[in-house]
Amino acid sequence: MNGPHDLGGQHGMGPIAPEWNEPTFHAEWEKRALGITLSCGAFGAWTLDESRHARESLPPATYLSASYYEIWTRALETLLKRHGFLTEAELDAGRMLDKWREPKRVLAADMVAGVLAKGAACDRPVEAPPRFAAGESVRTKNFNPESHTRLPRYARARRGVVEAVQGSFVFPDDNAHGRGENPQWLYTVVFGAREIWGEGADPTHTISIDAWESYLEPL
Amino acid sequence: MSEHRHGPGEEHGHHHDNHLTDMEARVKALETVLTEKGLIDPAAIDAIVDTYETKVGPRNGARVVAKAWSDPDFADWLRRDATAAIASLGFTGRQGEHMRAVFNTSETHNLIVCTLCSCYPWAVLGLPPVWYKAPPYRSRAVIDPRGVLAEFGLNLPAEKKIRVWDSTAELRYLVVPERPAATDDLGEDALAKLVTRDSMIGTGLALSPEAFR
Repeated sequence: MNGPHDLGGQHGMGPIAPEWNEPTFHAEWEKRALGITLSCGAFGAWTLDESRHARESLPPATYLSASYYEIWTRALETLLKRHGFLTEAELDAGRMLDKWREPKRVLAADMVAGVLAKGAACDRPVEAPPRFAAGESVRTKNFNPESHTRLPRYARARRGVVEAVQGSFVFPDDNAHGRGENPQWLYTVVFGAREIWGEGADPTHTISIDAWESYLEPL
Repeated sequence: MSEHRHGPGEEHGHHHDNHLTDMEARVKALETVLTEKGLIDPAAIDAIVDTYETKVGPRNGARVVAKAWSDPDFADWLRRDATAAIASLGFTGRQGEHMRAVFNTSETHNLIVCTLCSCYPWAVLGLPPVWYKAPPYRSRAVIDPRGVLAEFGLNLPAEKKIRVWDSTAELRYLVVPERPAATDDLGEDALAKLVTRDSMIGTGLALSPEAFR
């Protein structure tokens, strides 16, 4: 979707403002927001891709004015309601009022170390050989789905070169919407800054994205 | 966002104590309801927070870089199969499942960003800093990397090539900065102290040993 999250190349967002000796968290609620988000992810009720889509679907003014833990929290409320784990009335009341769905898994304290150390790999085998090889010139497609995609707007309809075939991975454009993992080959594609940003771009500057096979067409 | 001011698209008002900010109240309501239902374990949340406050952070990545500087065979492994090479040091798991190491050279400087969200190599760097997840860095890193680096106090020579890696998939990138001069006599532990978090994102360089004099 062409949402507020697709920020590459936007102007007017202000200075970076790095904070020296930044603490891991800036408030107690951020710690709880992290822990609640990861704990609910462990239910197995939605995918990381669906989570990302819930975040980028926040109203643009909310998204752009929120800290990232606020974005996570607001999106998590959406996911929990969508999947039947809590209701709007309960969020308003701050207590349990309704029935809820039992998750596949509840993350207990003694499971945390193992779950975090294991992670969740997203590579999956595909039968067909890769369509493109390293060194090949390609063009990214031009499309503007209202649904989830990981092809940023700045990198659509651009000519680049495949630098590496990175293996085959779950396809987020389908997986975010419950249409299955449908894995595809993934490629690192490099673009000159002039191809992306046009006249006056720095000739020493290149940009790469990681692109699923269906984002690309041969040149 | 100011206290008690509800954002666009948010119709409901949460009941909460007046001294709580809106986010404190929202998160407290969530944790309370989910705990009452047995859906979350507050002790698990404590364990997650402890993991990223005390166990998983940029010291992990610094050990990877120091070993790559010291051991050519390890550097070669890191280039070919970063996930396995990093796992051999005990760093695995969430947001480090598919690692790629990119090496700075005298010719090319690498910079990592996630323009679409906040993808970051947790297993080696811990949780991302606020600026990494915020619109200024995410919008500008791909269009004006030299201007971004200058805001970190890093002014690269004009002829130095800049490669920006936008983390659009599940690959997570670790920059291996150039080894500083006059470090030939340093062991891995001493070298690791020169490796900053920002140098592994590409918004900084490794420190020179004089920084510790």
